[in-house]
Amino acid sequence: MNMHNVSWVRQDLISPSARPVGQNDPMRWARKNLFNGWLSTFLTVASMMTVVWITVAIAPWLGNSIWKANSLAECRQLLGGAPGACWGVIRDRWPQLLFGFYPSNLYWRPVLAFGLLFVALAPVLFRAVPARALWFSAVYPGIAYWLIWGGSLWFPISVYLGFTVAAGLFMLTARIGRGLGVSIAILAASLWWIYAVQPVTSDVNGLVPVVLDAVASRDVGGFLLSIIIGVTGIALSLPLGILLALGRRSKLPLIHMLSVMFIEFIRGVPLITLLFTASLLLNYFLPPGTNFDLILRVVIMVTLFASAYMAEVIRGGLAALPRGQYEAAEALGLDYWKSQRLIILPQALKISIPGIVNSFIGLFKDTTLVMFIGLLDPIALAAAIRANTNWQGIYWELFIFIGAVFFVFCFSMSRYSMYLERRLKTDHR
Amino acid sequence: MAMKSDASREPFHLSMLFNDTRYRARTIQVLAFIMLVLAAAWLVDNTVRNLAALGKDFSFGFLWATAGYDISPHAIDYSSTSTHARAALVGLLNTVIVAALACVTATILGVLAGVLRLSDNWIVARLMTAYVESFRNVPALLWIIVAAAVMSEAMPAPNAFRGENPTTSMILWDSIAITNRGIYLPVPEFSLSLGQINIGLSVLDLNSVAIFGVLAFSLLVRRGLVKHAQRLQSATGRRPATWWKSLLVCTVPMIALFYTLGFHFDYPALKGLNFSGGLQLRNSFIALWIGLSVYTGAFIAEIVRSGILAISRGQTEAAHALGLSSGRTMRLVILPQALRVIVPPLISQYLNITKNTSLGLAVGYMDLRSTLGGITINQTGRELEGMLLMMLIYVGISLIISGVMNIYNDRVRLKER
Amino acid sequence: MKMMIALAAIAAATLTTGVASAGTMADVQARGKLNCGVTGGQAGFSAPDASGVWQGMDVAYCRAIAAAVLKDPKAVNFVPTTGQTRFTALASGEIDILSRTTTWTFSRDVDLKFTFAGINFYDGQGFMVPKTLGAKSAKDLNGATICIQTGTTTELNLAEYFRKNGMTYEPVPVENNADIAQKYLAGACDVYTSDGSDLASTRSSFKNPQDHIILPDVISKEPLAPLVRQGDDQWADVARWTLNALIEAEELGVTAENVEKLSTGTDNPEINRLLGKEGDLGQQLGLDAAWAKRAIAAEGNYGEIFAKNIGEKTPIGLARGQNALWNQGGLMYPLPFR
Repeated sequence: MNMHNVSWVRQDLISPSARPVGQNDPMRWARKNLFNGWLSTFLTVASMMTVVWITVAIAPWLGNSIWKANSLAECRQLLGGAPGACWGVIRDRWPQLLFGFYPSNLYWRPVLAFGLLFVALAPVLFRAVPARALWFSAVYPGIAYWLIWGGSLWFPISVYLGFTVAAGLFMLTARIGRGLGVSIAILAASLWWIYAVQPVTSDVNGLVPVVLDAVASRDVGGFLLSIIIGVTGIALSLPLGILLALGRRSKLPLIHMLSVMFIEFIRGVPLITLLFTASLLLNYFLPPGTNFDLILRVVIMVTLFASAYMAEVIRGGLAALPRGQYEAAEALGLDYWKSQRLIILPQALKISIPGIVNSFIGLFKDTTLVMFIGLLDPIALAAAIRANTNWQGIYWELFIFIGAVFFVFCFSMSRYSMYLERRLKTDHR
Repeated sequence: MAMKSDASREPFHLSMLFNDTRYRARTIQVLAFIMLVLAAAWLVDNTVRNLAALGKDFSFGFLWATAGYDISPHAIDYSSTSTHARAALVGLLNTVIVAALACVTATILGVLAGVLRLSDNWIVARLMTAYVESFRNVPALLWIIVAAAVMSEAMPAPNAFRGENPTTSMILWDSIAITNRGIYLPVPEFSLSLGQINIGLSVLDLNSVAIFGVLAFSLLVRRGLVKHAQRLQSATGRRPATWWKSLLVCTVPMIALFYTLGFHFDYPALKGLNFSGGLQLRNSFIALWIGLSVYTGAFIAEIVRSGILAISRGQTEAAHALGLSSGRTMRLVILPQALRVIVPPLISQYLNITKNTSLGLAVGYMDLRSTLGGITINQTGRELEGMLLMMLIYVGISLIISGVMNIYNDRVRLKER
Repeated sequence: MKMMIALAAIAAATLTTGVASAGTMADVQARGKLNCGVTGGQAGFSAPDASGVWQGMDVAYCRAIAAAVLKDPKAVNFVPTTGQTRFTALASGEIDILSRTTTWTFSRDVDLKFTFAGINFYDGQGFMVPKTLGAKSAKDLNGATICIQTGTTTELNLAEYFRKNGMTYEPVPVENNADIAQKYLAGACDVYTSDGSDLASTRSSFKNPQDHIILPDVISKEPLAPLVRQGDDQWADVARWTLNALIEAEELGVTAENVEKLSTGTDNPEINRLLGKEGDLGQQLGLDAAWAKRAIAAEGNYGEIFAKNIGEKTPIGLARGQNALWNQGGLMYPLPFR
C-alpha cells in the first residue's frame, strides 16, 4: 500500500515542542527540596544558620593556619593575638603520631609491611586475584613481624615450621582417626613452639645470619600500633570466632553452653577491663616466671574480645543460610565437618564479610584504649606532646589530625563494606 | 564412606566411639569436658602458685576495710571513712547514672538525626549524613577527650566571675554558671521536709516519696479518664474531649503539693574559691556524657534510618491512600512497625554505652572502674579479687539489659500463622 | 574445703620448686638487662630528655645497680609506670626493681609484700597554688578543687587532712603528671597536691614558674624508697647496699672523678672496704670486688646525683634540707660497710 497518496497521513515531521517549563529550573528544585512546607523551610533556615555559624567560628582559625613554628608561643607571636590554628605541632611531631618512637631511619620497614598487607589481602578482597596468591597471605604475618620487630628471619620461619610439623603429623595419623590426628598435630605443634623454636632459631642464625635491627616493643606506637593490634586481632579472631559460632549452634549441650558462656561473658565486660587484665592479671594465670611482651598480651586479650563479637557476626551468617543448604549437605551424605567446610561455611562467611569489616572498624577504633595500660597509641602520644613545655595548651590541632586519620581509615572501610554488601547480594528477590 | 546406619549389631569396639553416631556426641562432649577441666585446673594451679609465691591469699575481706579516699560525685552518703564496698557501690551508681543519661540523650539525638536523614529536605539530609559519618568513624575516646578539653580549656575559671567588673557572668538570669570546673545549675528544694527513712543502703527522702505517690495517682486517674472516653466512643461514636481534663488531673495535685512543701530553687553562688549551692555537674561527668551521647547518637541514627527503610514502600502508600498526612503516617504506621527492627540493635547500643562509661578513666570520672577497679585495687593490692568482682558486676548489668531486650522481642514478635 | 586443701597441697608442692628457681639477680644477669620501673615523666626524678635518654634521681640509682650487677650502667630498660600500675608491674615480674618516688608505708611493706631498699629521699606532701589564688596556707583551701595523682598515698593523706580540719574539697583524680600539669594550668583545679619534690619538679616545667607558690604546710611524711619483691633477700641486699654505697661514698668523699684513683688503694680502710681493695664484701653480696666502684662511677655519689638532677643549680632547685648527710644536719645516715 502506498502511503504517499493517502491524505490523512502526515508527510512532514512535526517540530519538537518546547521542553516542559521549570523541570530543571533551580528555583523549582529549591522549592521542592528546601522549602516544601513550613517545617521544611524552618529546617532549611536552621541548617543554613548552623552551617554559617560553624563556618564563621572556624574559618578565621583555619585561615590563619601557621605551619612553620616550633612551639605554641612562637605561633601566638606570629598570629599576634588573632585566632589561628597552629599546625606546627603536626609538622613537628607527625612521625611520632604515626610510628611512636620507632627509629626514624627504619620507617621504611613498617611502611613496607603496611604495603604488603594489601597484597596479602588481595585474594580476599578482589575476585580477579588467583587463589594461589593465598600462599602469600599465609606467609605474610611472619614477614610483617620480621619487618616491624626485626631480629632474626629464622625466628618466624621456625614458628612456621611448627605448622608444617603439625600438618605432616596430621597426614600420617589421619588414617587412624581424624579427631586423634588433630589432637596429635596440635600437641606436636605446641611442643615445637615451646621447646624447639628458640634453639632452632639461634642455631640456624649462627650458620646463616639474616638479621634486621631489632626494635623494642616499647618503641612501637602511634597509628602503627593501632593497625598492628587491629589487624592481628581480627585475623586471629576469625578462626576462633568460627569455632565459637559453630559451638553456639551445636546440638551438643555442653559445647553449646560453654560457647554461650564465653561469648556472653566477653560481650558483657568493657574492653578496658580485659586490657587491665592483660596488663595486671595475665601473669597470675600463666606458669610462674612466664613474662612476655605487653603488646603480645594485649593482642591475646584483644583477640579473645574480638572473637566473641566475630562469633556473633558469623552466627548471623549461619542463621541467614536457608535450611535447604543444610539438608542438601546431609542428603549428599557428608558428615558434619565436611558439610561445614564445603557447603555451609563458604556461604555463611561470604554473607558475614560486611559484618566482619564492621567488627574490624569497631576494633580499630577501640585500639585507642591501650593508652590506659601504658602503650603509646596516637591519643597517648598526643597527651605526651601536650605535656611538653613547647606545646602546652594545644589541643584542637592534635585532635583534628588524629580524628582525621581515623576518619579516613574507618570511612573508607565502611564504604568498602557497603560495596561488598551490594556485590555479595546473591539472594533472589 | 561409612554407611550412616545406627542399627548395627556388631560387637562394640573402641573405634565406634568416634565413628558411630550413637556414641560420638557423648565422646566429643566428654573429651571437651576433660580438656576444659584440665585447662581450668592449669589456670587455677598457676594462679595459686603465683599467689603463694607473692605470699597473698584470696579473700574479699578488703571490701570491709576503710577506703580512705574521697569520691565525687557521690549519689549516696559517702566519706573517706566508709568501706571499700561502699566506694564500689558509689562508683557503680555513678556508672549507672551517666549510662542512663547518655542513653536518653543519644536516643533523642539518634532518632532526630535518623529521621532527618530521610527527610526530603536536601540540606538537612546532607547535614545529618555529615554528622553521622564524622562521629561514627572516630573513636569514642577521642570525643570524650575533646569534650573534656573544650570544657576545661575554653570555659572561664570561677575567678572570672569575681570582682566588680567580672569578665563573664552567669546565664539565664544568673541561675546557671558555666565554668571550667563544670556547670552549676539551680536545684529545686523544699523548705518543708516530711522526714526521712533509713532503708539500709541509703536514706530515703519522704518528700520525693510524696511526689512519686502523687504522680502515680494522677496517672491512674488519667488512665481511667481515657478508658471512659474510649468506652463512650465505642458506644456512641463520638469521643469526648479529654485533653483538658488530663491536663488538670496531671498538674493541679502536683502544684498543690509543691506549694505546701514550699518549693523553691537553690541557686549556685560564688563563695570562696568555688561556686557552692545548686547542683554541680562536673567536667568529667559532662565530658563523658556528651562524648558518649554524640558518638552513640550517630550509630542510633543509622539504626533508626535502616529500621524505617526496612518497612516496605507499600505501607507508606497505603497510609497515604487512607488520607493520612506524612507526619501521621510516620507516627501511626511506619514507626510502630519499624520499632520491631530498631529495638534489638538499639538495646545493644545501650549495652555499648554502659560498657563505654569505663572510658571515664580518661577524664577522671569516678565510676565503677576507677573506684573498685582503680583506686581500691591500688590501695589494697587485690587485683585478682577486685577485677573479678568488677567484671562480674559489668556482666550482671549487661545480662539485665539483654534480658529486658529478650522479653521485648518476645512481645513484639510477628504473630505468623 | 577439700578443694582448698587440694589447692593448698598443690601450692605447697610448687612453692618448694618456686623457691628453688634462680633469684632475680640470676635472671637479670642471664637477661643482661635490668628492668627498672620509673615514672612516665617527672623532671629531675625520671624523664626522657630531648634525645630520648632517661635522666633523673631514680634513673641514676637504677644505672648504679646495673653497673654493679651487669658491669654496664647502660644495660637498663626503663619501664614507665603509672601510680596505678607500678605495684602490679613489680609483683608480676615485669620489672626487677621499682625506683619511682614510692612512699615506704606499712601496708605496702607488709600487706603488698614488698621489700624497701632504704630511703633515698625524705619528702612530705604539700600544695602548689597559683599566686592569683591568694592562699597563704593550706587552711585557706576550704572548698577548693584539688588535682591529685590517683593511686598514691597522696589521696589518702589529703582525705585525712581535710577531714581532720573540718574542710571540704573537690578531688579531681588524674592518671599521670602530664595531665595534671595541663589541667592545673588550664585552671580546671585550684590546687595541685603531691610530694614536695614532685611539686618543685612540676613547677620547673612551667613556662612561668614564678607565678606559682608552694604553700609552707607539709601534711605528711613521705619517705621515698626503691623497692623489690619480697622473698628474694639476695636481690634486696643488692638494692639496699647499692643505695648505701652511694650515700657512704658521699660521706667519704668518693666521687665519680676520683673513684678510679681511690680504688687503687688509700689509707682510709673504710674507702678500701667500700671499693673492694680490702675485705670481700663483693663476694658476700654475690658480686665481684669492684661492684661499688662501678656503681659510684656510673652517675656519681648520692650528693652528685642530687646536685645534678634536682639540686639548687637545676631548674627544680631543691635544697638538700632533710636529705643532707647526718653529719651536715640532715637525715641521710649510711649504714657501715664492714
